Amino acid sequence: MSDMHFNSGHTACSGCGQSLGARLVLEAAGKNTIIANNTGCLEVFSTKYPQSSWGVPWIHSLFENAAAVASGIESALKYLGKKDSVNVIAQAGDGGTADIGLQALSGMLERGHDILYVCYDNEAYMNTGIQRSGLTPFDSNTTTSPPGSHSMGNIRPKKPMPEIALAHGIPYVATASVAFVKDLQRKVKKAISIKGPKYIQIHVPCPLGWRHQPNLTVPVSRAAIECGLYPIIEYEFGKLIAVQRIRQKPVEEYLKLQGRFKHLMKNPDEIKKIQDIADNNIEKYGLRLESQ
Amino acid sequence: MKQFFEGSHAVAETIRLCKPGVISAYPITPQTHIVEDLAKIVADGRLNSQFVNVESEHSAASVVLGGVAAGVRSYTATSSQGLLLMAEVIFNIAGMRLPLVLTCANRSVSAPINIWNDQQDSVSLRDAGWIQLYAENIQEAVDFHIIGYRIAEDKSMMLPVMVCMDGFILTHGIETVDMPTQEQVDKFLPPYKALYKLDVDDPVTLGALVDPESYMETRFAIHKTHEEALSLIPKIAADFSKSFGRTYNGLIEKYRLDDADRVIVAMGSVCGTIKDVIDELRSKGKKVGLLKVTSYRPFPAAAICDALKDVSKVAVLEKALSLGALMPLATEIKSAFFGRKKSPKVISSFVAGLGGRDITKQSVKDVFRLLTAKELDGEFIDLKPELLKENYE
Ligand SMILES: Cc1ncc(C[n+]2csc(CCOP(=O)(O)OP(=O)(O)O)c2C)c(N)n1
Ligand SMILES: [Mg+2]
Repeated sequence: MSDMHFNSGHTACSGCGQSLGARLVLEAAGKNTIIANNTGCLEVFSTKYPQSSWGVPWIHSLFENAAAVASGIESALKYLGKKDSVNVIAQAGDGGTADIGLQALSGMLERGHDILYVCYDNEAYMNTGIQRSGLTPFDSNTTTSPPGSHSMGNIRPKKPMPEIALAHGIPYVATASVAFVKDLQRKVKKAISIKGPKYIQIHVPCPLGWRHQPNLTVPVSRAAIECGLYPIIEYEFGKLIAVQRIRQKPVEEYLKLQGRFKHLMKNPDEIKKIQDIADNNIEKYGLRLESQ
Repeated sequence: MKQFFEGSHAVAETIRLCKPGVISAYPITPQTHIVEDLAKIVADGRLNSQFVNVESEHSAASVVLGGVAAGVRSYTATSSQGLLLMAEVIFNIAGMRLPLVLTCANRSVSAPINIWNDQQDSVSLRDAGWIQLYAENIQEAVDFHIIGYRIAEDKSMMLPVMVCMDGFILTHGIETVDMPTQEQVDKFLPPYKALYKLDVDDPVTLGALVDPESYMETRFAIHKTHEEALSLIPKIAADFSKSFGRTYNGLIEKYRLDDADRVIVAMGSVCGTIKDVIDELRSKGKKVGLLKVTSYRPFPAAAICDALKDVSKVAVLEKALSLGALMPLATEIKSAFFGRKKSPKVISSFVAGLGGRDITKQSVKDVFRLLTAKELDGEFIDLKPELLKENYE
C-alpha cells in the first residue's frame, strides 16, 4: 500500500469525476478516517477483490445503508473512546443518497452522529447503466427517461438534497465540484472540524453517462456552475455563509457539451425551461457577481 | 438466583451481562419489551453501551453491522416484518462474517397482519447463513444468548447467531429463571476480540466486490463453518453446563425417547406442551417421546437420524410453512433419512399454531392420534373448515 489514501490502479472509466472526487475528499480528510460506502460505481471500481484502492479502513455493506453502517461505526468509536481522533465518512452516489438511501441518511442526520456524509452526484444510477435518479436534471436523457414522441426526457428537476439535509438542522451543508479542487478540499476539512452530522454534495461528471469527452470532466462541471445549474453553496449552522458567484453563461454552453441533452438542441422552448431553473438558482442563492 | 422474570425482561438483563457496546433496534410487537428494557438499563447507567434509536429495522441491522465491524460487540432484536425488512442486511452480516447476536421474537408474517406467534419469520431466513437456536422456555432464551455470543465470536465461526423465542408465549410469559451472575458470564464469555475490524492503525477493506473467480469459495466457506458448528455447539454447550450447571446439547434434546415408538419433532415453546402430554400418555403406558430441535441452522441431520433411527413413527410438528411445497422442517428430516438403512417407517408432517392459534394439549394428542401407519403430508391441526367456504356472489 502506498502513502496515498485512495490509490490508482482501479477500474474507473477514463475521465471519471467520481474517482477524482473521492481521491480529493480522502486527501483532505487524511488517514485517520473510516469510510462506509454505499453500493455504486465507486465501490465497484475501487474494490475488485483481491485488490483495493483504499489506504484507510473502508467498508461496503449495501446500496442504501452506508449512513446507518457509519452510525454504527461512529457509535462503536464513541464506546471505545476513540471518536475524537477518527473521522467517519459515509459516502454514496446520488441514487444511494437521494432515493433508496434517503431514509437511512435522514436517520443519521436526525440522530446527530459525528459523521461527514458525501454524495457524489453524477446525476443518475451509473453503476447499473445510466438510469434516472432523484438527482437527474430536468429533461436529461437516461435509459429510463428517454426522450421520445411523448417525452423530452426526465420529467422533474433535481430533488433539493442540500435543502433536505439542511432542514434536519445539521451544522454543515455544502455543495462542491471537482472543477474547484481547493474549494472542495477546504469544505471537507471544515466539515470534519465541526462536530455533528455534515452533508457535502459534489458534482462529479460521468463521461459515459453524460456523453461528453473524457478530457472534459472538469470543464463540463465548471460550465454547470457558471450557468447557474449547479449552485455552489455553503451553510453553517443553518446560515448561508458562502456561495460561488458567477458571470452567468447561457445554459446552452453547458448542455451542448453533453449527449444527454442533445435532443434539446433544436428545441428553444425546452432550453428556456432549463434556463429558468438556472435563473431561479441564481436569484435564490444570490449567485450573480456584483460587477456584472 | 432463581427469580420470576418476564421473558423479555430476562433477555434484556442477560444482554446487559453480555456487555454489548452498541445496541440498536426498532420497535415491533412482540420484541418491544426487550429493547425498552435495554434502553432503560442504559439510561440508568447499568450498562455502558451506545443505544442507537434508528428509523427502521434495515438501519438497526446496519448500525449493529457497523458496530461489530468496528470491533465492538453489538446486539439487536426484532420480529416478523422487522426481520423481513432486515433480510437484505441479515444475509449481508453473515456474508461479511460478522459475529452478531440477534433475538427474534417469533411472530407470524403479514398478510393478513397478525401480531401473534408462529415461526414463519425466522424459518423464512434459514438460508441466510446465520446460526439459529430455538428456545423452549425463558431459561433457554437466557442461556442461548450467552452461548450464542460464545459461538458467534469463536475464531473458527465468525458467524451471526439468531436466538429465536416464541413471541408472547416466551417474550411476555413469566417463569422462574436462574439468572446468571456477572462473574459467571464474564468467565464464560471473554471480551470480544475481532479477527478483523475497521481500525485506522491497520486499515482493511471489508465488503469488496468479489467476482466469479472467488465468490463461490466465500459461500462454500460459510457452509463449511456451519458443518464445523455441528461439533463446536455441543462443546460450547458442555462448557456452559460446567459453569452454569444447566445441561444442553445445543443441537437437539431427546425427551423420553429411549423406547419410544411414536415421537414428535418440534422447535421452540411448543416442546413444553408436548412434554406434558408425553408425561400424561406415558403414565398410561404409551411409548411416546419428543425430539426437540434446538439448532435449526446448522441443521443437525446426523444427530436427528441417530436419535430417531429406531423409532417407528415420527410426527414433525411445525409452526411455519413453505407455501406450495412440503413443510420446511419435515422436508429436511425426510431428506436426512433418505438412503439410510435404519429409518422410521412413517414420517408424517403437521402444521399448527399459525398466527398465534393455541397449540393445546388436545392439539398435541391429536397429532399422536393421527400418527398412524398412513403417512400424512402437511396435516393442519385445529383448522376451521367452516372458515374456508368460498362464496363469490
Ligand atoms: C437494494 C438494491 N437495489 C438495486 C441495486 C442495484 N444498484 C446497484 S448500484 C445502483 C445505482 C447506483 O447509483 P448511484 O447511487 O447514483 O451511484 P453511481 O453508480 O451512479 O455512482 C443500483 C440501482 C442494489 N445493488 N441494491
Ligand atoms: Mg449516480
